[in-house]
Amino acid sequence: MKMIEAIIQPSKLEAVKEALNEVEVVRLTISDVQGFGRQKGHTEIYRGHEYTVNLLRKVKLQIAVNDEFVEPTVKAIIKAGRSGEEGKVGDGKIFIMPLDDCIRIRTGERGPEAI
Amino acid sequence: MRRLSSLCTALLLIAGASGLHADDEATPKTPVVAAEPAPPAAEPSEADLELAQVTSAAMAKDPQAEAKIAAATSWFGTYAKKKDKDGNDVPGSLETGISAGDNAWMLVACALVLLMTAPGLALFYGGLVRQKNVLGTMMQSFILMGIVTVIWTVFGFSMAFSSGNPFFGDFSTYAFLKGVVWDDVLATDANRYPISYDYAPTISFGVFAMFQLMFAIITPALITGAFAERMKFSAMVVFSVLWMVVVYLPMAHMVWGVDGFFNWWNAAATIPAFDFAGGTVVHISSGVAALMCALFLGKRRGYPNRPMPPHNLVLSFIGAALLWFGWFGFNGGSALGAGGLAVLAFANTQIAAAAAAVAWVVAEWLLRGKPTLLGGISGCVAGLVAITPACGFVTPGSALAIGAIAGFICFGSVTYLKRMLGYDDALDAFGIHGVGGIWGAIATGLFLNVDVNAAVPALTMFSGGSLYYGKIVAGEVNVVMNQIMAVLFTVVLSGVGSAVILLVVKLVLGLRTTADDEERGIDLTQHGEEAYNPAA
Repeated sequence: MKMIEAIIQPSKLEAVKEALNEVEVVRLTISDVQGFGRQKGHTEIYRGHEYTVNLLRKVKLQIAVNDEFVEPTVKAIIKAGRSGEEGKVGDGKIFIMPLDDCIRIRTGERGPEAI
Repeated sequence: MRRLSSLCTALLLIAGASGLHADDEATPKTPVVAAEPAPPAAEPSEADLELAQVTSAAMAKDPQAEAKIAAATSWFGTYAKKKDKDGNDVPGSLETGISAGDNAWMLVACALVLLMTAPGLALFYGGLVRQKNVLGTMMQSFILMGIVTVIWTVFGFSMAFSSGNPFFGDFSTYAFLKGVVWDDVLATDANRYPISYDYAPTISFGVFAMFQLMFAIITPALITGAFAERMKFSAMVVFSVLWMVVVYLPMAHMVWGVDGFFNWWNAAATIPAFDFAGGTVVHISSGVAALMCALFLGKRRGYPNRPMPPHNLVLSFIGAALLWFGWFGFNGGSALGAGGLAVLAFANTQIAAAAAAVAWVVAEWLLRGKPTLLGGISGCVAGLVAITPACGFVTPGSALAIGAIAGFICFGSVTYLKRMLGYDDALDAFGIHGVGGIWGAIATGLFLNVDVNAAVPALTMFSGGSLYYGKIVAGEVNVVMNQIMAVLFTVVLSGVGSAVILLVVKLVLGLRTTADDEERGIDLTQHGEEAYNPAA
């Protein structure tokens, strides 16, 4: 079992969800997050005063998967989350972490069954 | 009342001099206007004779003078349909009293002006601050609805609108609104004819008192934009109360009071300035006070390096739209009736707001790259501010120009001037209300058109003839200079008054929240509540 965390562009969320659906990954948690990496911020202007916004809005996906789903999931996120053919700075990252256990609260099932 | 009688005399004299109204001249003992023990028309005083000479001279210069005098005479004819001092009908005059139509419009206008403060201004300002300060900012506007109403009832209305000296009235004539009659245009005080009667003899004195209250509420609320996000609530309350008494109530008396210092209706006014709906009283005075607050409080922590973007422009948008909507009551209601003048003020309000919104957006699009919603709504407010003193005195074409120029000037003031001078007027109360108000007051003089408001030729002739149309075009009395004098007087009074109050409050209470409280936000530290509570 692995925990996959992906930080993606908010504008790619719908495409990523569809792509995950195609590879039968139908369970995920998303959250609005802010952060910065190599992508530069953008400027906003309020009454003529420019602010450089370097904390950018991103979407974080959290997906717990069984081992055989790890590669399809990663590929789906990359395919749908990349800007154009080449991709752009700011498209985000995927982190994969080992998952000790998983428990379904309703039934008390544990392990791969619960995912 | 004495003014009316002597005006009547003057009109008759003019008519006599010009040979226009032979009938009136033949029967001077039964004037068209109310009879009151006053210099009979047959024996005009020296001043009246002088007036007649002045106005005759004006007529000689102005080919349309006859028509204008006829218009003025008929305007005063309407004005004079009333009872005499003892309550008896004046023979030959029409019964006066409240016009249901005028009164109904005024009641609606009162409510519209209140709507400008809350939710209008509260939302406008609330959206512009950071999330942690939205409730405190809205509270600053809202609490003034309460505090100012209390002051107004106890002594505020009396201080502003009873007769006294050119600077303020007395504290007792209308204390607790006694003497304010709800079902008549008259008052019960010795004068019997309150200022509202002079302005508008068809509305209840009571509705006048309520209408003026709504203006008194929004004025200190406008100032709160300058000290947003960092002033202690206690200090804000004390400042506002003192400011009402020291600056606003005297200003209202000077501009609109019976014997006001720069009320152009007042024949004895030192500076006869034109201010239809409160450009000086409301906008310049609050704008200058705002600048003083910004200077005395100092900058918000981190300004201007740390980004302080508006937390919710949707709220600001709704607020600004409500301000625009309510302003029809503010300006249209200032006609104090539902007649043609209200329609003109209404139209000019719309036109100036629109022109200024477009102008601001165009300016920032050209100079800063993008047309913004905040620019649009800021521009509309700037246009509304600028047209306020002018809306009943200028043509729609002039309103277009006044609005458009206001949009450009205010854009410049908040974008460049503010940065240049380095003060932190958080929500640009000075940049929009102060600067826009000063432009509007001067523009009122520049664009003053005596043909759109029958009271202007009539009253100016009456105030000694000095501002009469023929004289204005001859440039012998500089209307613009009078407007500038009124602006300067307002700037000095509000500037010095506000500075003294701020100094006192600073010494006694302190003005600012602690640094830590400022970081946590005034919602939590001043009021113990939060606007957006994720745990709820």
